[in-house]
Amino acid sequence: MDYFLSEEQQMIVDVARQITDEMIIPQRAELDETEGYPRDILTAIAKADLYGLYIPEEYGGLGGGCFEIVLALEQFARGCTGVATAFAASALGAYPILISGSEELKQKYMPAIASGEKLAAFALTEANAGSDASGIQTTAVLDGDEWVLNGTKQWITNAGEAQIYTVIAITDKSKGPRGATMFVVEDKDPGFSYGVKEKKLGIRCSSTRELIFKDCRIPKDRVIGRIGMGFITVMKTLDQSRPGIAILGVGLGQGALDEAAIYAKQRVQFGKPIISFQAVQHILADMAIQVEAGRALVYSAAKHIDAHKNDMSKASSMCKVFATDMAMKVTIDAVQVLAGYGYMRDYPVEKMMRDAKILQIYEGTNQIQRNVIGQELNKEYMRA
Amino acid sequence: MKIIVCVKQVPDAKDVRLDPKTNTLSREGVQAIMNPYDRHALEEAVRLKEQHGGTVTVLSMGPPQAEAMLREAVSCGADEAVLVSDRAFAGADTWATTYTLAMAIKKIDDFDLILCGKQAIDGDTAQVGPGLAERLDIPFVAYVRKINNCIANIMQVERLMDDGYDLLEVPLPALFTVVKEINEPRIPSLKGKMRAKKIDITKLTAVDIEADLEQLGLKGSTTQVVKVFSPELKGARAILAGTADEQVTQLYDKLLPLL
Repeated sequence: MDYFLSEEQQMIVDVARQITDEMIIPQRAELDETEGYPRDILTAIAKADLYGLYIPEEYGGLGGGCFEIVLALEQFARGCTGVATAFAASALGAYPILISGSEELKQKYMPAIASGEKLAAFALTEANAGSDASGIQTTAVLDGDEWVLNGTKQWITNAGEAQIYTVIAITDKSKGPRGATMFVVEDKDPGFSYGVKEKKLGIRCSSTRELIFKDCRIPKDRVIGRIGMGFITVMKTLDQSRPGIAILGVGLGQGALDEAAIYAKQRVQFGKPIISFQAVQHILADMAIQVEAGRALVYSAAKHIDAHKNDMSKASSMCKVFATDMAMKVTIDAVQVLAGYGYMRDYPVEKMMRDAKILQIYEGTNQIQRNVIGQELNKEYMRA
Repeated sequence: MKIIVCVKQVPDAKDVRLDPKTNTLSREGVQAIMNPYDRHALEEAVRLKEQHGGTVTVLSMGPPQAEAMLREAVSCGADEAVLVSDRAFAGADTWATTYTLAMAIKKIDDFDLILCGKQAIDGDTAQVGPGLAERLDIPFVAYVRKINNCIANIMQVERLMDDGYDLLEVPLPALFTVVKEINEPRIPSLKGKMRAKKIDITKLTAVDIEADLEQLGLKGSTTQVVKVFSPELKGARAILAGTADEQVTQLYDKLLPLL
């Protein structure tokens, strides 16, 4: 379907598509097998200026918004959700600085993130703080001109690969939700190290590790926004970033549909290509309907977010739930169309099915998203 | 460093058909692309610019449609683009082409290095690079697989050979043709694409380059394509059998009378 993209937006799609077709798709099976980090692909993405898509021009970016990064991510995810995740994680790590950071912090960190010279990562999750972010145990204590961080962050995407980490820690336990603060930690800060690389079901080429802070000392001016505003920054960051996860579902779903349709045209059974059988056509038709519906919702949500900075939560959560649940279903269907061959690692659809699962889990489980949507509805109808 | 890269638009090899009647390439409906070897020459020029500073100018002789290819070259890092285009150039062989390009380069005047692909995938002659260097009377190296350094206007390059490589030092200005081993061409950048859309492409005609009309196009060509055909394979073939020693003996017996 034609979404009437501007000329610049179409260029974003074209550049991202070329990287996907020429670099990501040829490498994805090996990256999945070896669990290697896709450095050369990310370098190509940086050279193509795509790390700066959503960053204002005054910080070295291209001045686009949520919609622009969504267009690039859709292409990458069509090739490999792992690569797309590794790319998107830098934006997630950068948003807290962009949303709440001081002018000095933005000037200091954003240009290198915009050029792709440095990668960022976002650190919220801990062993006892997942859906319930209030369970955070990492602490930060002011000691003279330095903050001292202690604790462990878990399942951090881009850990060990990024140079800039945005980390939430408790600065005053007595204040509850107002007692958390976000900081910038750099890879070379003393007392900061990484845990082992996790072994995952899917998105295996993206790096997922622990961040370990043992008396990690950082300068006082690394606070993002005001002290005690950490949770607000986190919530705004996730509202902004979730369409980026939603669109991974759309790209992945499209990739699965492409594989299934091409296979169904080639595979002959009972003397005919299986695409001529209604049983297969109906599966493909349902896949196509869902992918297109997902795309339409994510595009609309991204445009809404770009236009309404103070009313993002519901649109953001709705598109994340719909498009990622869709990706799970569509990839399972793609394996069904390819049947025995689809179950084998010689074809890409089993990887797509494994990759899809994380989309329903990370950046807030789809159950948590439904809570957000429910709470927003409750507010809306209270006014009515 | 001022670098000129000569690029040619060719039919996409994935999509080439022969006209069964005339035995010539059928260009109808075939997508035109930048000659793949020229893409490597362009990439090398852009890398040299990134390393040493300077400018990259892409130059092409071709029909007006070649403008699209030149814009693509700009999106991949070229700074300027020049299209030499005139009906008088039609039907040029490599002799007339090198004359035309040489006249255009004399018009541009200022350069330290000219890079070309080792050959174009349509004509496959590999003559335009060396011919152009002769016309301009500058040093020339073919099959360059690596540019090592450039110190005091002397460039050290590796020339790919069948059995290894030659290490050569060449004073600038010079012309090199490059092989695909030299680099991995980049994907166009977003800023490059935006620039490519807006850039004014310099267009030069036969009059602009002050060319002698007698030396242009079909009139100026010293070769004519009379017929294109696949040569028939002639000669008897024999497959030897037996142990390695027996086969060597048989081969020796067959070859001996030929000496």
